[in-house]
Amino acid sequence: MKIFRWFIGMIFLVGIVILIIIRPLPFLFYPDLPYIGFLGRALYIIILACILCLYRIWRGPTAADRIVAVDILGIMIVGLCAILTISTGRPWYIDIGIAWALQSFICALALSKYLEGKGFDD
Amino acid sequence: MINIIGLIFISIGLAFDFFGCLGLVRLPDVYCRLQAATKCVTLGTCSILFGTFLIVGFTAAGLKSLLCIIFIILTAPVAAHTIARGAHRAGVKLWKDSIVDKYAEDKEGEA
Repeated sequence: MKIFRWFIGMIFLVGIVILIIIRPLPFLFYPDLPYIGFLGRALYIIILACILCLYRIWRGPTAADRIVAVDILGIMIVGLCAILTISTGRPWYIDIGIAWALQSFICALALSKYLEGKGFDD
Repeated sequence: MINIIGLIFISIGLAFDFFGCLGLVRLPDVYCRLQAATKCVTLGTCSILFGTFLIVGFTAAGLKSLLCIIFIILTAPVAAHTIARGAHRAGVKLWKDSIVDKYAEDKEGEA
């Protein structure tokens, strides 16, 4: 069973790598920008990292693992918004990034305070 | 030329992001995951934002990305420290091969 799960994961990772090599995301961009290939592959790599974070949120053994993964996902989506700023040429994506960073910081603080109070009954 | 330097910064940031998330999945413990993921992803995202600033230039988006770099550098260590403190106080166990726990010794000394 464990070998079966390992096999599914390897098929997934190899498929993403092949997609990165042969086909960058073409439908998000203006067609006359110069760095379309590079930025499309960069979007694939960041989406892959976000999927790894979502795996840790889905299958974290404790609540603290999930909180760490949510914090990291919030920081990484800021980078995704920065890449979208260059690739689409629309400058309001970085505003989404700033708001997301603020909200992620407040979210991490509140969740960790909740976690600290929960096991404090001795 | 400055666009090429910006793309190099973005490549470094992508590598740091990906390896940080790989550490988040692979390492055995809450504290190990926190240490790997927070440092790598903070540096990686700041590098991506700096590359964005180099490519876009002194426009509104570029200055906002510099502001976002300052904000992330200031807040990410605070969030990581608070998460680690909350996890330790909530009683999350360390990994079985960990050999030192200074924070528990300090709490013993206080009590």
